[in-house]
Amino acid sequence: MSFLIDSSIMITSQVLFFGFGWLFFMHQLFKDYEVRQYVVQVIFSVTFAFSCTMFELIIFEILGVLNSSSRYFHWKMNLCIILLILVFMVPFYIGYFIVSNIRLLHKQRLLFSCLLWLTFMYFFWKLGDPFPILSPKHGILSIEQLISRVGVIGVTLVALLSGFGAVNCPYTYMSYFLRNVTDIDILALERRLLQTMDMIISKKKRMAMTRRTMFQKGEIHNKPSGFWGMIKSVTTSAPGSENLTLIQQEVDALEELSRQLFLETADLYATKERIEYSKTFKGKYFNFLGYFFSIYCVWKIFMATINIVFDRVGKTDPVTRGIEITVNYLGIQFDVKFWSQHISFILVGIIIVTSIRGLLITLTKFFYAISSSKSSNVIVLLLAQIMGMYFVSSVLLIRMSMPLEYRTIITEVLGELQFNFYHRWFDVIFLVSALSSILFLYLAHKQAPEKHMTP
Amino acid sequence: MASLDRVKVLVLGDSGVGKSSLVHLLCQNQVLGNPSWTVGCSVDVRVHDYKEGTPEEKTYYIELWDVGGSVGSASSVKSTRAVFYNSVNGIILVHDLTNKKSSQNLNRWSSEALNRDSVPTGVLVTNGDYDREQFAENQIPLLVIGTKLDQIHDTKRHEVLIRTAFLAEDFNAEEINLIYVLPSRIAQIQGTLLPVLPMLSSSVGFLIRS
Repeated sequence: MSFLIDSSIMITSQVLFFGFGWLFFMHQLFKDYEVRQYVVQVIFSVTFAFSCTMFELIIFEILGVLNSSSRYFHWKMNLCIILLILVFMVPFYIGYFIVSNIRLLHKQRLLFSCLLWLTFMYFFWKLGDPFPILSPKHGILSIEQLISRVGVIGVTLVALLSGFGAVNCPYTYMSYFLRNVTDIDILALERRLLQTMDMIISKKKRMAMTRRTMFQKGEIHNKPSGFWGMIKSVTTSAPGSENLTLIQQEVDALEELSRQLFLETADLYATKERIEYSKTFKGKYFNFLGYFFSIYCVWKIFMATINIVFDRVGKTDPVTRGIEITVNYLGIQFDVKFWSQHISFILVGIIIVTSIRGLLITLTKFFYAISSSKSSNVIVLLLAQIMGMYFVSSVLLIRMSMPLEYRTIITEVLGELQFNFYHRWFDVIFLVSALSSILFLYLAHKQAPEKHMTP
Repeated sequence: MASLDRVKVLVLGDSGVGKSSLVHLLCQNQVLGNPSWTVGCSVDVRVHDYKEGTPEEKTYYIELWDVGGSVGSASSVKSTRAVFYNSVNGIILVHDLTNKKSSQNLNRWSSEALNRDSVPTGVLVTNGDYDREQFAENQIPLLVIGTKLDQIHDTKRHEVLIRTAFLAEDFNAEEINLIYVLPSRIAQIQGTLLPVLPMLSSSVGFLIRS
């Protein structure tokens, strides 16, 4: 009986998550496009719903909500479904939509998308070879095989994003890094941009006029076709057309320049807005947060280096360690069990919420930057795949932040994975990502003011 | 050559509707083989004989300024775009007949272009609400063009055409022209090019005032 109640609670929450994913898709991601293939929206919302359910089950585990056996059952079921989606459904549909875009293969869409999916499966399977992630006693078609590989990809993603985020967050929040931009700089760039446009226009006017006079005089206007035409065009070319190609090259160079100027001007406007924002109250608050985050970022990089160099993996989670410190060194006595449950709930909850929110925001920005009306379906499905893998690996990694008694369910459900490997791998990728982000931001920051110095 | 009068016409619309292809078609009399994203603004020039064949025949340079981007761009991009909206003689609004959102966004595009002169700082103040009054007193002629008609199934064509008719009326726009061109298959162009071009040029010539 209690199993039925628990299941209905789970299903209701899944439906809620599905609705949230649907709304997010409609109002945020596909704001400027029209949804023509509802399959894409359904897949995205389903992936989102099942990922969030996993986090919900972790929270239930900590709080002790629902029956233990029904929790275990739902864990297993959820995991199977999400693996099915991530390994079978989404890649297949990605292949299908890619093939639909290519005109030549349109007739045999299904065949080619199956081929693409098989290629994906081959590389996906090969991914497990270089990593020591499995013990040999597992069979071929077990959950551990799939989840270990999904875990590798996902942990790489999580580490890349958090490495970049840890560095980028203080960089954007702190106003120390803002370049000084005045209205005069912006006006000067705008004037250059308009001058370049005028130069392009005058050259194009010459070209148009030349073509018109050539056309009126009855000279060449259609491309020489065939073998003899090509030979003729090599030996005899009218002076007008030579002139045209020369001017065309100049126009191409000028157009490239105008694009650069446009992007720089947009950059200056953005910097100016950020300067104005930093003077407001909210801006000052974020500036302060930025200093705090930069210290946190340095500490994380330091810890990652220590972990790798001294080859140790943290045994205890921050909650238990914090409680140990307070009890042993500060001498404050309190009910350990009660507080450890609540603090880990809050900590894990914060981690989950910030990672979901951070990922959705990053995905949205990414989607706006690279999508077009043709490729929007493929990109959304790719984002759904990334999101699913990210969340699955977050569950893997979150295990480290929880006290021992709550880790058991994850260990039970996910099977005998080499969790230590994943944490080591996370540290390595995090370090690499953070250091290269620092390098990248340093170079970008150095290069920008020099551009504006040139008159 | 440079002494000919010039007319500046903006070509606005969402990304991917076919503005660059349209401009290329008007100015080069060919279809754009590999359209790519327009960053910033690309300009092309057409030499046009206004009122051809009459004693008042005059040749003009029509500059078509094809501004890239989307209505949802960051405000810094919008401020930068605003620099192109100075002293405009006409606006062509392009939307994709297969994508309803692009038609809905035309309101915001025209507000962005028309409000340029009244807001000196160049930063958009309106939130995109559509106000019929501002179009009533607008002096700049508008032309609404719908593209990719060939990709719409025959059965749906009628309702799409009615919807776009209402759209043009809302703008107090001078004309609608629905182009059959802009498919990706270049081989089919030659037949459809001929009737379209004079239709378009006459409508563009229509935009020249005083």
